[in-house]
Amino acid sequence: MNIKTLSMTAVLTLTAAAVSANEVRVYNWSDYIDEELLAKFEAETGIKLIYDVFDSNEVLETKMLAGGSGYDVVVPSGTFLQRQISAGAFQKLDKSQLPNLENMWDVVAARTAQYDPGNEYSINYMWGTTGIGVNVGKVKEVLGEDAPMNSLALIFDPANMEKLASCGVHFLDAPTELIPAALKYIGENPDAQDDETISKAEPVLMGVRPFVTKFHSSEYINALANGDICVAFGWSGDILQARDRAAEADNGVEIEYHIPAEGALMWFDQMAIPVDAPNPAGAHAFLNFIMDAQNMAAASNYVYYANGNGASKEFLNEDVIGDTAIYPDEGTLQNLYTTSPYDAGVQRVVTRLWTKVKSGT
Amino acid sequence: MRRAILILVPYLWLLALFLVPFIIVGRISLSDTALARPPYLPQFSWDEGIWAFLSQLDFENFWFLTTDDLYWKAYLSSLQIAITATFFALLIGYPIAYGMARAPEEWRPTLMMLVILPFWTSFLIRVYSWIGILSQEGYLNQILLWAGIIDAPLIILNTNTAVYIGIVYTYLPFMILPIYSALDRLDGSLIEAAEDLGCSRLQAFWLITVPLSKNGIIAGCFLVFIPALGEFVIPSLLGGSETLMIGKILWEEFFNNRDWPVASAVAVVLLLILVVPIVLFQRNQQRQAEEDR
Repeated sequence: MNIKTLSMTAVLTLTAAAVSANEVRVYNWSDYIDEELLAKFEAETGIKLIYDVFDSNEVLETKMLAGGSGYDVVVPSGTFLQRQISAGAFQKLDKSQLPNLENMWDVVAARTAQYDPGNEYSINYMWGTTGIGVNVGKVKEVLGEDAPMNSLALIFDPANMEKLASCGVHFLDAPTELIPAALKYIGENPDAQDDETISKAEPVLMGVRPFVTKFHSSEYINALANGDICVAFGWSGDILQARDRAAEADNGVEIEYHIPAEGALMWFDQMAIPVDAPNPAGAHAFLNFIMDAQNMAAASNYVYYANGNGASKEFLNEDVIGDTAIYPDEGTLQNLYTTSPYDAGVQRVVTRLWTKVKSGT
Repeated sequence: MRRAILILVPYLWLLALFLVPFIIVGRISLSDTALARPPYLPQFSWDEGIWAFLSQLDFENFWFLTTDDLYWKAYLSSLQIAITATFFALLIGYPIAYGMARAPEEWRPTLMMLVILPFWTSFLIRVYSWIGILSQEGYLNQILLWAGIIDAPLIILNTNTAVYIGIVYTYLPFMILPIYSALDRLDGSLIEAAEDLGCSRLQAFWLITVPLSKNGIIAGCFLVFIPALGEFVIPSLLGGSETLMIGKILWEEFFNNRDWPVASAVAVVLLLILVVPIVLFQRNQQRQAEEDR
């Protein structure tokens, strides 16, 4: 290498460093932030923010395992985070760059430590439950006034589903959500890790699959809000967003979210920094910005998910902090369960079961 | 010398854009899945040498594909969807191409333009717009309800019918263009001669026009069939739970199972299945080129 190319390389490296110092790339779930916060972050820090979205943990995980994603901050859910940590996908947080960590809520931190011991690699962004979204008018029209809207029987009893099929039902396209729910419905351990127990979910899901309009993890927000479907098994905040979109559109659609009485999955979306993040300093700046009590409250007020930030509670709107569908009361909290990641062999059984549920073969 | 370079260019192209990726995929298909980054083993390292590396590879992922009927069902279902869609594309595309070729000379560039025009919009947006047309509250149902043709909205979106519509719509220009170019070159006096010799117009069409446009039909069919077979975007956007296509299985292996080796094995098999029509297509093109000479 001669002097000229050497200096060229040096110049290029410097420019590359300069570019990355001013840019932070965030990869978050779709419909999951108040976009005004993004502009606020840029204005406060002078760092350019590039914000991309995904709608499935699987897509994110593949990018993390392939490496070189180019993202500085990503938001996997607990079980996925745990597996990606063991695959070496994330770097430990430098807590000295995160003064706002003191705002975090110890109750949630204690739960997320199940996936990330000591919360060394991640901070909680939001958490929620997986439950049932209903178009009240249509469901009552189909099933009568006493439709079991707060029970898993609504979506797992073929007699109910057969009738609901006429107005449309969406399920999340996520076996890690549906299989635990089906197991809970038949009284098995939703966090079962053995093939034998997991396979007991199959007849439950196969019994209702002919009546499911679509398995999809983000379309149901609009589909519910527009009245295209009458039931969705999905994530709490998404269904509450559908409720608000319908109210705004004033189209006569009334949406409710119910945490199933049998119990519901409680999940945690965690912000973490990939091991090969181009701009770790910018990533820490973003995490710290998000952990600001007012910023976090603004995000929750916008997307209707609870967060793991204790200090943000005083800034939350009453229709968020006061809604037991978002911040469940003690009784409901007792009824929520968490799951842990499947190992590779069990994962294959789970996916195969899911393919069978979706395609019938 | 110049000739050698000219021949070299397409081969380099093939090497860089086909053979190298194929070798990468082929090598992953012989590996084992692992919780690592990237999620498969063995990783190649120069210290151990190439033989140590090769000896760790095996064909068990291909064997695995035979143990589960899901895979061949998905291949068969993809074949069936691709063949049906090709048939409908031909059914719709041929009359359009015929009309274009019979249109007055000065109109033809405009008509050609109209066929190509949709490509100016992103493929994804065009498929998405079908969601708006086909959904239960969509334009199609609204028009049919308004016209009193149906009483209740038709369920088209999220069924195989929507997938057929999507594939036929997307690939129709690939059917029209080669047929048009074959019909365009057709000598009109041949048809006049056939009619003079007592053929009805329909007979002249079957006996003269169709056989002479055969190469265009074959080319069009392959151009629709080959991409339709491995299609992923259209079935995932328009299809429902009944739609079983190998592209979706591939996606699930790769993303949901994180099993890159099995996903690669599925991809290798898909490629082998596609090689047959591609080779046939190539033969057809060559023969046509020779005939033209």
